[in-house]
Amino acid sequence: MLDACGAANAEELFAHLPEDVRLDRPLNLAPGISEYEIVRYFRDRADECANGYASFLGAGVYNHFRPVLVDTVVSRGEFLTSYTPYQAEISQGTLTTIFEFQTMICQLTGMDVANASMYDGSTAVPEAAMMTVRATGKGRVLVARSVHPEYRQVLATYSKYQGMPVAEFGYNAESGALDLEDLERQIDDLTAAVIIQTPNFFGIVESVKTAAEIAHRKGALLVVLFTEAVSLGILEPPADADIVAGELQSFAIPPSYGGPYAGIIATKEKLIRQVPGRLVGQTTDSRGNRAFCLTLATREQHIRREKATSNICTNQALIALMATVYMTVYGKQGLRELAEQNLAKAHYLGSKLNRRFTGNYFNELVARAPEEKNKTLLKKKIVGGLPLGRFYPELADCQLLCATEMTRRADMDTVAEVLA
Amino acid sequence: MIKKVTPHLSQNEALIFERSSPGKKAYQLPELDVPPVDAAEALGAGNVRREIEGFPEVSEVEAIRHFTRLSTWNYAIDYGMYPLGSCTMKYNPRINELVARTEGLAWAHPYQPEALAQGCMEVMARLEAALAEITGMDAVTLQPAAGAHGELTGILLIRALLEKRGNARKKILIPDSAHGTNPATAAIAGYAVENIKSSETGGVDVCALEQLVDKDVAALMVTNPNTLGVFENNIVAVSEILHRKGALLYMDGANMNALVGIARPGDFGVDVMHLNLHKTFSTPHGGGGPGAGPVAVKKILEPFLPTPRLKRSGKKWAFDYKRPRSIGRVKAFYGNFGVLVRALAYILAHGGPGLRNATVDAVLNAVYIRKALEPYFDLPYSSPNMHEVVFSDDRQAKAGVRTGDIAKRLIDYGFHPYTVSFPLIVHGALMIEPTETEGKLELDQFIDAMMSIAKEVETDPQLVKNAPYSTRTSRVDETTAARKPVLRWKPA
Amino acid sequence: MYPDNFRYTKEHEWVHAQGDAASVGITDHAQSELGDIVYVDLPKIGSKVEAGKSLGSVESVKAVSDIYSPVSGEVTGINETLATAPEKLNTDPHGEAWLVKIKLSAPAELDGLMTAADYQTYIGAEK
Repeated sequence: MLDACGAANAEELFAHLPEDVRLDRPLNLAPGISEYEIVRYFRDRADECANGYASFLGAGVYNHFRPVLVDTVVSRGEFLTSYTPYQAEISQGTLTTIFEFQTMICQLTGMDVANASMYDGSTAVPEAAMMTVRATGKGRVLVARSVHPEYRQVLATYSKYQGMPVAEFGYNAESGALDLEDLERQIDDLTAAVIIQTPNFFGIVESVKTAAEIAHRKGALLVVLFTEAVSLGILEPPADADIVAGELQSFAIPPSYGGPYAGIIATKEKLIRQVPGRLVGQTTDSRGNRAFCLTLATREQHIRREKATSNICTNQALIALMATVYMTVYGKQGLRELAEQNLAKAHYLGSKLNRRFTGNYFNELVARAPEEKNKTLLKKKIVGGLPLGRFYPELADCQLLCATEMTRRADMDTVAEVLA
Repeated sequence: MIKKVTPHLSQNEALIFERSSPGKKAYQLPELDVPPVDAAEALGAGNVRREIEGFPEVSEVEAIRHFTRLSTWNYAIDYGMYPLGSCTMKYNPRINELVARTEGLAWAHPYQPEALAQGCMEVMARLEAALAEITGMDAVTLQPAAGAHGELTGILLIRALLEKRGNARKKILIPDSAHGTNPATAAIAGYAVENIKSSETGGVDVCALEQLVDKDVAALMVTNPNTLGVFENNIVAVSEILHRKGALLYMDGANMNALVGIARPGDFGVDVMHLNLHKTFSTPHGGGGPGAGPVAVKKILEPFLPTPRLKRSGKKWAFDYKRPRSIGRVKAFYGNFGVLVRALAYILAHGGPGLRNATVDAVLNAVYIRKALEPYFDLPYSSPNMHEVVFSDDRQAKAGVRTGDIAKRLIDYGFHPYTVSFPLIVHGALMIEPTETEGKLELDQFIDAMMSIAKEVETDPQLVKNAPYSTRTSRVDETTAARKPVLRWKPA
Repeated sequence: MYPDNFRYTKEHEWVHAQGDAASVGITDHAQSELGDIVYVDLPKIGSKVEAGKSLGSVESVKAVSDIYSPVSGEVTGINETLATAPEKLNTDPHGEAWLVKIKLSAPAELDGLMTAADYQTYIGAEK
């Protein structure tokens, strides 16, 4: 091969590089190791984590059982090692599953159109906010304090340079739900979006209809977020929302210390051209057979460049596929039954703890319980709830606990004993 | 030589909704060990949905057959070469998949007490150090979820530094050969975009740059090697011009597969860059993602990096949230950890010498292809190429055949098309990147296929224009898909 | 092919004026370069436009092109049929597929634009 290239040795291939840019020493990295050593390295790291602990953490990342079929499907080389489906003729597998994904998200959320996934729930928030700005021509964004704190931080980073001022409105100190009076006070004719989360960060179910009325009266759009996708198995979808954004990690995506996850943006027909990210559409091939392809690509960066709806290129296709298989395995009945189990488990736990808020909750709740007590739980190989002081100083004496279908009664009894 | 492909035998399969039947199940939940709760009572009657209308209902075997059949409609790296320029479609090692699923790592919750997350933090710290060494930079953040996300982070870092110096400035210079994410990112960061034309050798025109860089320019975003696969020989001069005028140099690291172990961006004047772990570091593309886009910076930008950062606290790792100058968060939690694990596994497997060898092979393969195909396709830029090569369709266009047609015909030979019509500075571009994964056998089959197609263009152009013939679907009607978008299934 | 009573721009738009009421569209050359048109983005009625500035865009599957207004004035009408039938731009760009109606604020601007003959020379030279 070197002969064909006209080079005497491989180093000659780099001879054209200027001297002053070349690395004149080997990389300061250990030599390569064997498969077994790699497996052992990561197993040792895993042993330095909470291996085998029961966990009551939620707060945007949830412990749900991953049906075995999920990894069977995504491990297939045709799905794992394929590229973005720009060449439709040889990507119908990926395109079809994304079309099914988009459909299921619409069915789940009550919206007309959904995209092929965003990086995660947290980045879907500023993308949704930017959509409302483009759609309304206005600039202000109002976000509820009961939206996940880290999601609000991401929104703040993105909006700083967009000329998109963000203000927060509070939660009701008793119910834990939206402080609608505060919202009424702060919303004005310059508001493009009102952003709420349901169930909110405290696990409380919000009244979407009322928030929508307030937003729409002022010509603002309502963005409704979810972080616990399983809740949509039992909660009425937010049909009054203009945009639904959220995180699908609950659907067979491993918690994996924070990522990769898959976010979604779903919206009404009228906002279809403002949607960021990839969209798969149905069409026909020249023989008249049904086929799928990426479409409305002129919204995207590779064509529209600086005027694109977003700079996003990569989506989360493989992760979205995990969610698609999950939604298929559980299906219409299963997701409902799963949600009912989550509800039962969390309410069993909630009934034994000193609940801070009175509002309705799904599978997460805020309890009055000092952080100290979690140390006792750790000794029993239980990770307790998330102490809230780091995000809400006024709730420093509380923690956020989650119970799912994977939570065992015995562990809940232990937690109740220690924390109450 | 055994031909790579015959007409594709694939399974037929309907949409999952069309296969559904009420009452079918593929799941089984355990018995509840606590009392059931009335949903209407617990959630409020108006909040309980009746059902998820239209959701699938199939059995387990129907589910597995559905997805398995669909998978037979895809091409994949496991089948053969993807010569996609700029995508670096190298082999996705299966060991990566195994280790990413190690239970203590896959089930780690980001809010676990730090004392119980040391293993995860060690993985991240080790990767940060390795990437810093590879890029020649001083500090790395693993938070961005993908390349474009890394770009945004990088530009926000530049902005933060310039603001601290008193003037954020107004515009970013971007070569006309750049990937679309570059200008889109600059716009989101609140900068105006100004295009800089490439020189006649396809690189940054240093004279033009000297003229264009004024006190309103915050940075130049450059890809090196550029999107023609050519190394920016003037890169040091470029960085000096920028720095002299108080601007910074951002490098899009998409083409790092040509540089690892050979040259380090930090050594040739780059201030900030992103990496694409799903390109250079072998993490799987999975049909379009996930990826990860770590950002590496010089010391001057370190204080502005996203929060939190890993720091050593005695013998342990801890997250540092006390970062007053930080640009904030670009994503919840710490990054696409599962992707980071895969990238680290790749680095551990190759080691220093192995990574350098991969780069050498990647460049050798691309130069080999260039030499073989030069007699058949127009080469618009004659500079030495590195890990990719860009031809134009000028010769074939005379017969009315364009790069897109040639790409479709390539499918009939058992390959995924190369990157079509990018970069925009080449008329009718064919952008080919083999990566180090491909051995001589696969490369020779690819070269044979391209030579054969070139001959077909001369003798029977219609054959090429109407390709592909061997696929499940023929060319799809993208026009109707855009005019009358149907983006979801609906029951009849 | 190119009506004599139209005036043309270097960016391939045409304008047909009667007094201070004008129609604006894109030329046949433009539509053929763009390929199958899938979407047209038009300004709102009542908005002000300036000669040489973008008033909207035309999309094909793989490209977007800005439409630069040949004249200054106020938008008094937009062609609603293009919302459901953008393909008309490919079949009848000079007639049925006009884009906007403008009330001219500076009719003298028309004198600076190309005649049909000039335009044909121009696109002939462009090749």
